[in-house]
Amino acid sequence: MRPAGAMTARAVLATELTADGRSSRLSVLRSQGFLVLRPANASGPEPLVSGRRDVARVALAAGTAGPLGGDDFALDVHVGPASTLVLSEISAMLVLPGSRGGRSRLRITVRVDENATFVWIPKPVIAARGCDHEQDVQISLHRNARMVMREETLLGRHREAPGNLRTTLRISCEGRPLYHQQLRVGPDAEGSGSAAVLGESRAVGSVIAVDPAWTAAAPAAAAFHPDAVLTPLPGPGVLISAATRDSLQLRQVLDLGLETLGAPWRPLAAGLNRDSAAGAQFKTAG
Amino acid sequence: MLSDGRFPAGGYAHSGGLEPTVAAGRVSNAAELEQFLVGRAETAGFVAAVFAAAACSMASRGETVALAGLEAELDARFPSSELRAVSRTLGRQLLRAMSTIHPHPYFSVLAAAPHQPMVMGIAAAAFGLDSRAAALAILHESVAGPAAAAAKLMPVDPFEVHAALARASARLDRLSEAAAAQAEAPVCDFPSLGSPLMDIAAEHHKRRSTRLFAS
Repeated sequence: MRPAGAMTARAVLATELTADGRSSRLSVLRSQGFLVLRPANASGPEPLVSGRRDVARVALAAGTAGPLGGDDFALDVHVGPASTLVLSEISAMLVLPGSRGGRSRLRITVRVDENATFVWIPKPVIAARGCDHEQDVQISLHRNARMVMREETLLGRHREAPGNLRTTLRISCEGRPLYHQQLRVGPDAEGSGSAAVLGESRAVGSVIAVDPAWTAAAPAAAAFHPDAVLTPLPGPGVLISAATRDSLQLRQVLDLGLETLGAPWRPLAAGLNRDSAAGAQFKTAG
Repeated sequence: MLSDGRFPAGGYAHSGGLEPTVAAGRVSNAAELEQFLVGRAETAGFVAAVFAAAACSMASRGETVALAGLEAELDARFPSSELRAVSRTLGRQLLRAMSTIHPHPYFSVLAAAPHQPMVMGIAAAAFGLDSRAAALAILHESVAGPAAAAAKLMPVDPFEVHAALARASARLDRLSEAAAAQAEAPVCDFPSLGSPLMDIAAEHHKRRSTRLFAS
């Protein structure tokens, strides 16, 4: 039984390659309630696609406050064959308790087809005091699909104890599980504040990159920072994992991890790269 | 016997992530050690317990094809390549020990270096134990291993360490029961509670020139 005032929303997003095969376009863009999807321009450094204008960019914005206790949201994403989607977020997601309590839910499913590319750079999820939130993300990749995503979780706002947050991220490649991780924080997550799980960290996050070029061997493990690690997954992917004191440090360390991975994963400022891309085009034309 | 630290399966060479944690100054007294053991049981210990329980049930029912699927799902739940390798080393050593101690046709379905929870589950089945006992055996090892290592890593009263283990027993019983129940769910829905600090510490630990334990 969901509390009165709780909302449901289901948004759908799909991309396809244009008829001439030269760029990606949005074939479905359906927003609802909390989940507002908007066509977007590159707004910051992007791994993999920086400066490219032939990709589809969408930003997810919050249409209302929350999620609040009792809310039930779902987002379905389909990256069609050979198309490229960059999904970003307008602002951090502050998860709050509802006025009448209850658990809030966000389910995201993503399908990435053959030769397609999915770049997902959301803003942090902040587990505010008293929240009770469950986030479930399932990504299925074709064996020839590429992907890079970042996830950041902040344990409460400044000097605030976090509420209950449970996240699940499952990535499968050609039906085979590649990465499956859950994180539990908050008063119900026994032992999460221990040195075996998160210790004193207030920010935890990761970057996951998948490339069919890594089918034979993924990049080797690297202990590139005291609070982070880069490690190959059991398949064509790598994980950059970090647990830090605050959100600023988390972002810096995750970016450093992408730097370690090298081009084309290193996030470049869109403007900077657009210039260099234009320069390259000019040279080709000349 | 399966989870006894003296069982000749090489578990004594591992600290369950405690050595790098002590080195980083994150555990320095008995209270912090007890919290560490709780965190371990509730995350990696519980996940291992569900897989051991499932392996035990599947072996008892002769579902050899399902066992292979279990192995791939467990792989995806070890984000750290180092901890994946440690689990396979411990699994291989346990398999070798069991091949002499209590040979059983169940073991023939396993690859050369299977994950430790898989071997533990099948070993439990070979001994005629149920899935709950398999879960409890691996949960016990997940806390008894680091607890035994603590005496060599930090100044701590061994009686206090054992008091913490005694207090953990109700938790381990509860977790093993929950693990046996979860093991009946579809394998893709099995839990995968992460422990980011352990993943990060494992890779740094491997690169240290002076260390007492392999992990």
